[in-house]
Amino acid sequence: MNWAHKDLIGIQELTPAEIGHILDMASSFKEISKRDIKKVPTLRGKTVVLLFYEASTRTRLSFEIAAKRLSADTTALSQSGSSFSKGETIMDAAHNIMAMAPDCIVIRYPYAGIPKKMARILPCSVINAGDGFHEHPTQALLDMYSLKERFGSLKGLDVAIVGDIMHSRVARSNVYGLTKMGAKVTLVAPKTLLPPGVETWGARVSTDLDRVVPHADAVMMLRVQRERLNERFFPDVREYSTFYGLNRRRVEAMKPGAVIMHPGPMNRGVEITHDAADSARSIILDQVENGVAIRMTLLYLSLGGAVNVD
Amino acid sequence: MWIKGGTIFDPVSGTAETGDIRIKDGLIEGVYPGGKKGSSPDAVDAKGLWVLPGLIDMHVHLRDPGYEYKEDIVSGSRAAAAGGVTTVVCMPNTDPVNDNPSVTQYIVQKAAREALVRVLPAGALTRELKGAELAEMGLMKAAGIVAVTDDGRSVESAAMMRRAMEYAATFGLPVITHCQDRALSGEGVMNESALSAKLGLAGIPAASEDIVISRDVLLAGYTGIPVHITHVSTKTGLDLIRQAKQSGVRVTCDVTPHHLLLTEESVTGYDTNAKMYPPLRGEEDRRALIKGLKSGLVDCIATDHAPHAQDEKDLDFDLAPFGIIGLQTLLPAIMQVHREYKIDFIDLLKKVTVNPARILGIDGGTLTPGSRADITLFDPQATWVFGEDAVLSKSKNSPFLGRVFNGRVVRTIVAGRTVHQA
Repeated sequence: MNWAHKDLIGIQELTPAEIGHILDMASSFKEISKRDIKKVPTLRGKTVVLLFYEASTRTRLSFEIAAKRLSADTTALSQSGSSFSKGETIMDAAHNIMAMAPDCIVIRYPYAGIPKKMARILPCSVINAGDGFHEHPTQALLDMYSLKERFGSLKGLDVAIVGDIMHSRVARSNVYGLTKMGAKVTLVAPKTLLPPGVETWGARVSTDLDRVVPHADAVMMLRVQRERLNERFFPDVREYSTFYGLNRRRVEAMKPGAVIMHPGPMNRGVEITHDAADSARSIILDQVENGVAIRMTLLYLSLGGAVNVD
Repeated sequence: MWIKGGTIFDPVSGTAETGDIRIKDGLIEGVYPGGKKGSSPDAVDAKGLWVLPGLIDMHVHLRDPGYEYKEDIVSGSRAAAAGGVTTVVCMPNTDPVNDNPSVTQYIVQKAAREALVRVLPAGALTRELKGAELAEMGLMKAAGIVAVTDDGRSVESAAMMRRAMEYAATFGLPVITHCQDRALSGEGVMNESALSAKLGLAGIPAASEDIVISRDVLLAGYTGIPVHITHVSTKTGLDLIRQAKQSGVRVTCDVTPHHLLLTEESVTGYDTNAKMYPPLRGEEDRRALIKGLKSGLVDCIATDHAPHAQDEKDLDFDLAPFGIIGLQTLLPAIMQVHREYKIDFIDLLKKVTVNPARILGIDGGTLTPGSRADITLFDPQATWVFGEDAVLSKSKNSPFLGRVFNGRVVRTIVAGRTVHQA
């Protein structure tokens, strides 16, 4: 397949064939990380700037390792996202960075839309590492990869996504991706955390986790942000975890072979208990491992382009 | 001065006839359908042009005093003149707020010295627009305000709103209300819908607007004091206003050109020039506004001209300020509505002339002999592009930049004096 995209902004812009291509390619990149010398010269001489305007450890590290294993030079820039209303705007920052001729900018940003704007204006590749509650495409791709690795195919797979759907870019990107690949998605949350128009997303919606858990092949728990509690989306942690947390009882109700996922970082004791997080069903660390392979694939496709690696 | 051979639109009689107009001492001396012998050295040949009463825009932010980097009385009046708008009502959310007669006087005096069009200030309902204490409405009226409003926000407490309406009525000041339940709007930056969820932007539900419209028409009904709802953007809001009107409540309303021509789809590219309050709504709401124009439910069209500097609008969609400019695109937008939806031009013209004049209790908006010689000459055939270089405001935050419009203002006359010529 010839890769036609300079950028990766969202799963919305990808076709099922393109998603399939990424997932297929990721296997060969995953193999590199298992070698003794975990480095190939593929992107030698390319510069990747990691621009993180929002706290992130895992995603940033994952991109950085991915780029380094492909021999790209990386520079990471982290800034708190609180003072944009004064001084340099993000687009000014983007133009300044562009003047230093990077080949790719990976951006994590607290508000929706900026990766899209950057991609339109800048000649280099732009990879969205999460913008506001818009999209987080590499997370969805690594989730899909992890599911495919476990189940062989995404078609017909029954995936439950549980928690703060309203403020989750991970949920959005996963719904777009999984439904494109033929999986059945059920979103589970109290109505206060379901976004407007969620019924148009092509996923089923439920407020009752206990009815969803027994038939799911995978249960993906979303992180509950502390500020949602302050904003009174639910009364308290005790009530939330009772109705929407994954605990031992619910894990036992899952069907044989079903898996537990979490994009991290986990709030143990809130959306997931210790025994659920550490149970044999958990593929949470597989997700992290596969994240590197997915990001290597995307850096390769965006920067290197069109060659078939297998 | 003569204006000869144009098609004269008279929103009072509802007629449009070819003829001549004679202006003397800043007033319209005579209107002569079919034409009349006579001319002057400064006679204007208006053949092929439409001769309209100068437009009244009852919702404009001139940003002066305090935010002169966005707009000031002079630049705003220049934009108005270019748009054929000869009277603007300027909103009180300046810095300091126009909640006392000193600020009113500053505006009135600066406008008298330097503005190209008539500038009529609106005063605040409450001090500093905080919704807690009444503003000095009586003293401001003596200094020249024509209406009161806390535009930009709603008076939060129904009790305070009621008191402010009663106090305003004491001085015969019309009350203009911006309807928004602030808590329900929350952090919203666009219309709340499936699209807002998809774009990852926090939404402002229509109910945020409708709840306050409902409260304010109930207060108008209860107190018997008229209220004017500005920039209605929802179908439900219009339904509430229709019901109130039908049951005899004295309520009037206006809509903006952008809510008539655009929907929330404009936000898809995160263009901050599609960010304003109320937000651009869905197609069903937009259709309802058009229908309301046609049926006469909507009394006025007003721009909510809200200049913001480039560096403010360059921020992220979440952080950029609400508002767009509109003075220069008002008449072309009306023309587009007229053509696309087959609404009589003269019916639309009433909504920017006699209707706002009646609601505000001011003169103007008519070509009746003896009235102010505020006249706009409009070329209905001209096709032009609204480019950045055409913008006369200090700020260029318009979602219509680059749009091709049919119909263009070629000359604007204020009190007998030409203040704009294309």
